[in-house]
Amino acid sequence: MRSARAIIIRVGERLLSSLPALLGVLVVTFVLMRVLPGDPAVFFASGPNAGQAEIDNLRQRMGLDQPLFVQLMHYLRDVGTGNLGNSLTTGQPVLTDLRQRLPASLELTFTAFTLAVIIAIPLGIAAAMRPNSLIDHGVRFVCTLGVCVPTFVSGLILIFVFYYILGVAPDPTGRLDIFVSAPPSVTSFMLVDFLIAGDLEGWMAAAKQLILPSATMALFVIAPLARITRASMLGVLSSDFVRTARAVGLSSVKINIVYALRNAMLPVLTIAGIMFSTMLGANVLVEKVFSWPGVGSYALDALLSSDYAPVQGFVLLMACIFVIINLVIDVLYGIADPRISVA
Amino acid sequence: MTGALLSIEDLHVSFATRRNTVDALRGVTLAVNPGETLGVVGESGSGKSVTALAAMHLLDRAGRVSSGRIVFQGEDITHLSASALRAVRGSRMSMIFQNPRAALNPIRTVGLQIADAIRAHRRVSQAAATERALDLLRLVLIRDPETRLNAYPHELSGGMCQRVIIAMAIACEPDLLIADEPTTGLDVSTQKAIMDLIAGIAAERAMGVIFITHDLGLAAKYCGRVVVMKDGRVVEQAAPNKLFNAPRDPYTQRLVAASPTKVSRIEDLVVEEGVATLSRGPVFEQAAARRSAVVPLPVGERVRVRGLRRLWSDGRTSIRAAQAGERYNTIGASAPHPNPLPNGERERAEFGAISARPTYGSSPLLRVTGLTKRFGASTAVDGVSFAINAGESVGLVGESGSGKSTISRIVCRLLDQTEGEIRFDGTAIDAEPARTFNRSALRKDIQIVFQDAHDSLNPRFSAFDCIAHPLRKLMGIRGRAVLTERVFDCARRVGLPLELLDRFPHQLSGGQKARVGIARGIATGPRLLVLDEPTAALDVSVQAVILQLLVRLRQEENLSYLFVSHDLNVVRMLCDRTIVLRNGRIVEQGRSSDLFANPADPYTRDLLAAIPEFNPTAAVEAKVAEPAIALGAKRQPRARQVPSPGGEG
Repeated sequence: MRSARAIIIRVGERLLSSLPALLGVLVVTFVLMRVLPGDPAVFFASGPNAGQAEIDNLRQRMGLDQPLFVQLMHYLRDVGTGNLGNSLTTGQPVLTDLRQRLPASLELTFTAFTLAVIIAIPLGIAAAMRPNSLIDHGVRFVCTLGVCVPTFVSGLILIFVFYYILGVAPDPTGRLDIFVSAPPSVTSFMLVDFLIAGDLEGWMAAAKQLILPSATMALFVIAPLARITRASMLGVLSSDFVRTARAVGLSSVKINIVYALRNAMLPVLTIAGIMFSTMLGANVLVEKVFSWPGVGSYALDALLSSDYAPVQGFVLLMACIFVIINLVIDVLYGIADPRISVA
Repeated sequence: MTGALLSIEDLHVSFATRRNTVDALRGVTLAVNPGETLGVVGESGSGKSVTALAAMHLLDRAGRVSSGRIVFQGEDITHLSASALRAVRGSRMSMIFQNPRAALNPIRTVGLQIADAIRAHRRVSQAAATERALDLLRLVLIRDPETRLNAYPHELSGGMCQRVIIAMAIACEPDLLIADEPTTGLDVSTQKAIMDLIAGIAAERAMGVIFITHDLGLAAKYCGRVVVMKDGRVVEQAAPNKLFNAPRDPYTQRLVAASPTKVSRIEDLVVEEGVATLSRGPVFEQAAARRSAVVPLPVGERVRVRGLRRLWSDGRTSIRAAQAGERYNTIGASAPHPNPLPNGERERAEFGAISARPTYGSSPLLRVTGLTKRFGASTAVDGVSFAINAGESVGLVGESGSGKSTISRIVCRLLDQTEGEIRFDGTAIDAEPARTFNRSALRKDIQIVFQDAHDSLNPRFSAFDCIAHPLRKLMGIRGRAVLTERVFDCARRVGLPLELLDRFPHQLSGGQKARVGIARGIATGPRLLVLDEPTAALDVSVQAVILQLLVRLRQEENLSYLFVSHDLNVVRMLCDRTIVLRNGRIVEQGRSSDLFANPADPYTRDLLAAIPEFNPTAAVEAKVAEPAIALGAKRQPRARQVPSPGGEG
């Protein structure tokens, strides 16, 4: 019943059913960008004193003189053939830009997410095992603090403490110290590439660069993850089947890990998926503070300079990632919970 | 108490709440001997489960044994360390619970769970444990055990889940099995199978059993000795035939009287004074309501978080309830009545006390023809036809999955049928989809009272608002004064003290909530009231009172009932006619008296045979031949002084 084939069929169905949503995202972003004030032609004309003729010429070249619907059709045709347009700011195809920058964002998000999960789930469990104890209150305090402080503030504080005062952290200037040579790009993930190249020193350098921004991001999501874990764990611990497990004398390890935790992780899984997508899209501030060359800061820059194509490309990318993550969560959930029929 | 398997001596247990501590047990003393089956009976809140949980050290965090001793096989286990406890639980003393589906880990196969229980106490390999688990599944008579080993709990029926839990509990051959309402919520036939299984295993292994139940019939049938508990104390204990034939304690007398039997009549169920009985009308009811003590709420009780949480968890039922009582005002008052009454009559029907109703010819009030409902591939209801006359009470019985609830939902238009015709008072109502029926003028003529009195009330509505809701929505009553008068009138008719109208559902007792539900049902003056197991969740003494209320309401308001229940005795007493359902089809229908006396269909006979029977032959009047082992009078200061039947003390 829960065969691999069923999973593949389900994945296929889900991907197909997400197409209309993706199309909607495309159209809405496209229209929104056109509605926003600002004319890219004016922005990209050679100088402030460029004549009307030059601007008109530019508009024509960019296709901005055509009706909105025609522009949209052209855009959809381009997207369909895998062409997301060119960035006027970088002068490169948007696809190339995104391909270069997405790994940086992904690496940062993955690290931050892993960090958050590693910290939040044990905290949540500890709080749930002893509700209303000192541990519980401590966890609650840490969580509250984590949510209260905005990421750019916590990022700056971390930089101030660890870079400026203690001097243990490297310059907050991107993925790699300028004196360290980048590894040959295989996966575009620095940590992985350094490992493949066998350059442990470089790996350390990259890891050092990564630690502060990912800690900043992690701080923000630890709170919801820990709270959900706690609530879910508390619910499961007081459930009937845990009582049955106690009644037949299972060991506390077995009860807490196999019976309680596995069940408690189901809602956490859902929340974690949402968290991950949100982190990926919302780490603009962290990328800005740490000069991280990610997609978030790329899109923000493009937006500020009325550069349509990169923004549209970014939104489409995020929508795709959201679909994929939801799909992964769905499949994982189906495997973790036999009550959800996969087919 | 030497030689006792488990003896509990003067046990006190208290629960810490936010405000204070509540004493759940106030000195319980009982003992069970090796190989003996001890029944513990009592109503909710009597402390019977708490006693068992305390013995197993399974009280939740707030509960604490404040004094007393628990001695198991000669060893004081009152304050046992966690590791020592683990060696006792499961291997020497085990427990099974109510609600078997929830009592199994939903994401672990039952084979693994049984193997877990074995490996908790025996050093065996996983393969050997699985092999043993298979043997156990055979022992608890699960069909096709090899396949079931890899099944998840949700793939099994409730009865099967309970068998699995029994397998887990007896996996390491304990000397004592505590069964806490193991068959509550299961069908009578499943109940019989499970109880026979437990009794068989217990006899075979000479295992002691503590069997906790609210069902005196079950206790009488399966227990060698029965303990009656009330308010955290043991009030009486004796062999079942002594206890039920000649109860000494007033509480036991009430309990015995309230338990429906094959021969009981609703009038006989209540011996308590100050409670409405048949002959008493609304005036008396009101006086009785005023007399009965209304416990004032502590300050701050009004806004408790529990209500909010309830709002989420129980949203579905209360929304369903809201649908039944709602009509959009758009069509509202202007909608033509299909059977226009003369002006005066209409006036009376809508605003006056609805006492005498004109009979609408000789055609039945409700006629259902060829009703079919399919959910996907499965057919829940398969070509069912029946009729209900005005003023008639018809019972719908059957096991779970027989389609009785589905039929009741379709009849009161909360669910659409797949096929079939439903005529209410000559008007076809099957064409009106359930979604829009709340706009129909007939909505107020067909009302429903739901099974779960708590979940079917909106937790954010006070009792007043719950009753006023259908009046506002269906009758369009707006004026505060008129509304208040109507709500008060409804409350009086169901015997709900008016002081309680300000309270929210969680501040009311089960019986009070049931009354609110019924008051809401009759608020619009319906002609047909669908009662979907309205007393299933209530204690027998409360059930008795509610049943009397239903009988009186039917007489006073000329109501027709469609009464859905799995409790055959209740149906026999309350209903003129009974319809027996199985797998969505009617197997038999007829006058209740005939059907219960001479069931024609073998299935009906099986159903009737599965009812646990105890025969307290006119219990209350019986002369006490041999005095039961009554406990000292000081243990029962709260029990009311009903004159003792034999006169001796």
